[in-house]
Amino acid sequence: MGHKKKNRNVGIVGIGETKFSSHREDVNQPEMVHEAVRQAIDDAGIGLEDIDCVIHGNMELFEMIHQPDLWHTLGTGAYGKDAFRLTTGGTTGATLCCAADNLVASGMYDTVLAIGFEKLQEGHTTGGITNMADPLWARKLQSGALTDQAAVKLIFEFGEERAKRAAMTYRIIMDKHACLNPNSHRAFGLDWDQMDDLMKNSPPLIGNLRLIHMCSQSDGACAIIFASEEKAKQISSKPVWVRDHITVHREETLDLCNNYYPNQTTHRFAARELYKRNGIDDPLSYFDVFEMYDPSAWWGVDWLREFFLLEGDAHLKLVENREIMITGKMPVNPSGGVIAANPIGATAMVRVAEAAKQIRGDAGPHQIPRPVNHALASGFGGTMWTVLTILEKELNW
Amino acid sequence: MRKDFDVSDCYVQEGKLALPYSYFAGRVGSTFITTLRDQRRILGVRCNTCGKVFVPPRQTCERCMEDIRNNWVTLSNTGEVVNYTVVNYDDRHLPRKAPFILALIRPDGADTPMVHILEGIEGDKVQPGLKVKAVFSEKTTHTILDIDHFEPVA
Repeated sequence: MGHKKKNRNVGIVGIGETKFSSHREDVNQPEMVHEAVRQAIDDAGIGLEDIDCVIHGNMELFEMIHQPDLWHTLGTGAYGKDAFRLTTGGTTGATLCCAADNLVASGMYDTVLAIGFEKLQEGHTTGGITNMADPLWARKLQSGALTDQAAVKLIFEFGEERAKRAAMTYRIIMDKHACLNPNSHRAFGLDWDQMDDLMKNSPPLIGNLRLIHMCSQSDGACAIIFASEEKAKQISSKPVWVRDHITVHREETLDLCNNYYPNQTTHRFAARELYKRNGIDDPLSYFDVFEMYDPSAWWGVDWLREFFLLEGDAHLKLVENREIMITGKMPVNPSGGVIAANPIGATAMVRVAEAAKQIRGDAGPHQIPRPVNHALASGFGGTMWTVLTILEKELNW
Repeated sequence: MRKDFDVSDCYVQEGKLALPYSYFAGRVGSTFITTLRDQRRILGVRCNTCGKVFVPPRQTCERCMEDIRNNWVTLSNTGEVVNYTVVNYDDRHLPRKAPFILALIRPDGADTPMVHILEGIEGDKVQPGLKVKAVFSEKTTHTILDIDHFEPVA
């Protein structure tokens, strides 16, 4: 017996994504947000008058702004509607989806518009993010959002050569996917013959984390419309159902001084609990796509083992055998993932949006070339925060 | 309630955040600022659905959700005070030494007011409806402060 919503089901009926870019001087914040909102409304084929509630989020401090949800009303369409703001760090976009799902499932609203955005070029990301550290113990002794924690862990366990090759293989696969996605911020056209050069010559950041491994700093917005089962079926011919989601966080495990986590990660804990209560015994064969919040290639490789509850080197083999490619057994981030575009407040929502598009079959050039019925999407934030969401094509679980 | 907490030997760590930022004005905001700077004209935009003329201008009418970015209207450099307040404290972020007046001023031709500094009148003499005109600053800052302040029409 799977885990089910007690009151009513919730479907995704509209999706909007801006093109992700390093600079959007041509639009201000509400104007950029509006691009995604307009797309989502048009995608759903409804009007703004059909939206009951608008929820909005991004990273605190990143643009040095306060209460953007209020003045962004010019772009969000929240005028005269119930509206509020959510911010949970890197997971913000995923948390917005959880909140929208809960708000509709509860019966509070029939349709909720969730919006995540970021304009990272307007602010100072590291200046903002270092303020999450305890002022007395950690603020003066940290490396911001950059860490080679996963590299240390993978090299310790699997040796330098194999670990470094796996990370670069992952990176090149993500770039190949990014080249298929017209919304990508970064798509270089990397190829396999560049492996050795990139492993040696990409500018080093911290430990074995190099510039090429790391995600971008992007501008962009994402909007998703959630509706009750009854409304969803009226609005959309192909609603994507939100089956379940779980949020797990633990603040003490991510010590930014490069240690690796000796304990179970929040990713593995979240995955195990979520699959258990939904009766999913073999996630690797159950899911048809996984949109992972992968801030760096090192983390991407390492976290595959956690999210799919794998043991030993099974995750490395998935990468080495290129099974995570769009044409492989378990496509991971056909969108190119977070390394291709990272407008942080939108990033985790883009994972859900991209997973939903894959189920609808209209993702565009990066559509997986076989049917997608079951999708998994993750969000990640500091210090160690996981949101994991299951989307379904059919209401038959 | 007890207020005599023992704070002996309790250390307070002083800190300072450095958070530089830019703000991308966008094409609509840029047109407003450059026209103000170069031509000393105040621009609004009209929503053709509800008929409202907005200042400051915006790309979208948030009520009708119409794209109004190209519907430019030149507003008058005169207008009226819709409401106001007197700022009586000093702080670094404030544009003038206290006391000074911040007013909502609706330029003639617009349906909405914008906030600006009102000079040339005492706070207790101001009434909503007071006719005022824009006084432009001599040196540009490429901001809304290219209007230095508003003052009563003589």
